[in-house]
Amino acid sequence: MTILMSLDPASLLRSMPGACAQGLIWGLMALGVYITYRLLDFADLTVDGSLATGGAVAVMLIRGGMNPWLALIFAFIAGMAAGLVTGLLHTALGIPGILAGILTQISLYSINLNIMGCSNQAVSVDKYNLVVSLRYISDSPISKIRVFATSILFCLAVVMILYWYFGTEQGHAIRATGCNPQMARAQGINTDFHTVLALMISNGLVGLSGGLYAQYQGAADVNMGRGAIVIGLAAVIIGEVVFGKLCAGKYFAFAYTMLSVIAGAIIYYIVMNLVLWLKLPSDDLKLFSAIVVALFLAIPYLKAKYGRKEARA
Amino acid sequence: MTEMLKIEHIRKTFNPGTINEKVALDGVDLVLNEGDFVTVIGGNGAGKSTTLNAVAGVWPVDSGKIYIGGDDVTKLSEYKRAKYLGRVFQDPMTGTATTMSIEENMAIAARRGEGRGLSWGITRKERALYRSMLATLDLGLEDRLSSKVGLLSGGQRQAITLLMASIKHPKLLLLDEHTAALDPKTAAKVLEISDKIIAENHLTAMMVTHNMKDAIAHGNRLIMMHEGRVILNIAGEEKKKLTVEDLLHQFERVSGEEFASDKALLS
Repeated sequence: MTILMSLDPASLLRSMPGACAQGLIWGLMALGVYITYRLLDFADLTVDGSLATGGAVAVMLIRGGMNPWLALIFAFIAGMAAGLVTGLLHTALGIPGILAGILTQISLYSINLNIMGCSNQAVSVDKYNLVVSLRYISDSPISKIRVFATSILFCLAVVMILYWYFGTEQGHAIRATGCNPQMARAQGINTDFHTVLALMISNGLVGLSGGLYAQYQGAADVNMGRGAIVIGLAAVIIGEVVFGKLCAGKYFAFAYTMLSVIAGAIIYYIVMNLVLWLKLPSDDLKLFSAIVVALFLAIPYLKAKYGRKEARA
Repeated sequence: MTEMLKIEHIRKTFNPGTINEKVALDGVDLVLNEGDFVTVIGGNGAGKSTTLNAVAGVWPVDSGKIYIGGDDVTKLSEYKRAKYLGRVFQDPMTGTATTMSIEENMAIAARRGEGRGLSWGITRKERALYRSMLATLDLGLEDRLSSKVGLLSGGQRQAITLLMASIKHPKLLLLDEHTAALDPKTAAKVLEISDKIIAENHLTAMMVTHNMKDAIAHGNRLIMMHEGRVILNIAGEEKKKLTVEDLLHQFERVSGEEFASDKALLS
């Protein structure tokens, strides 16, 4: 009771804009996870490393005097390079997908330290004209609007580009590769090439998200991507569970699905803020998110198992 | 007559050097002329599907040569060989991408053997073409262009896979027991569609089947395989007069064994 009394609804409300902004930025990463996990059917663990790579590249370039917007393009390219490595480890060298991702992720830890020269590099919003920043959120309403407008615009632009891309011949080839590689090869699709391509696009988005997030929190950290894959999966699954029925059968179903993934990321951060607000120890956050993701991943399996038994009876 | 397919003494051993070693193809030779429709029969493990997979390039053969339309394709990878071929598989799940729509599947097939760039995946003109192609199947699919293939029945999927296989007028159509997983009525319908597509497009085709009656009723040639070799090669008038009893006799004479597939005898 005393714990409940000590909770301050106003502080929960104050944390919401930050949660939404974080959700929007991580939503871009979740879209990358969606491309590999759902479209390509490839559990890509590179993202834990490529997110930090994107952040490290963006921060170091901004510190070196580059325009923060332009730095994001390089964060995207750095992410693509990470995806290329995972893709080649898998397709050219025959290493199982999960292991290929882990190898790249581990090697990126050293690479990220090398990019930054130490484990943490700051970009102060006072010195640089950052694209988004935590500080804008607590500032005046106009700054607040700026953060949201920028991140929403980013998300919408990425959704539109991806909607177009996965409707092209090349996008179709990637989807066929993920859905049924045997059919894809029988239809003359180079499945190795399109697997690498999809991994590059996915990790490019993760790198971009890392670049934005580093600007948002004012620093890149070598550990900023730890557990990113879990957050990405959580966003994808929450999006599907909450909005799946709304998206199905619609004319722009794919665009709605991508928007629901971003919404899933926002919901994830709102829930995480709620958990913190309930004064649960923040040390347990990762445990909590892993349990949530495990539960949601298990539901379809258990449903199928239980459903079959019922049908048999 | 132009040779559409020439297989020269191909061999394939799976799991060589292990206890699971299996000689799947033991020197297969076969020539198909343009317009030939050959049915392939034989017991389990005779090498029927393995021969089709060798032609399709699913894995490299150990020795021998494969020519399609005069081109040596022996060393080409599966996806590069696809431009010569149309393929339909035994499992109706294999031939289509289930999470994609009917029109997307057909559009992917229509670009077989071409580069896949950043132009739109399906044009309006194509959509009209696909609609009219689907209408000829008489399965009511012409109004379901944007339905996911995963929602369709096995027979409908095989029919669509047949359209996809023939859409680029392949030099060779490979049908790998493509009616085996269907109920008898649907199987008959899919066979009828296959015959029609092969005739209308003047395709050269190979059809593997377990069903001796089907093997006799369809096509202008018939080959029987046993232990990785072609043991019977029947064509023309001789094939027209063929009966199931003849085939069984011939099999026993050539192989020195009784035909061991109940499925082929009973069906």
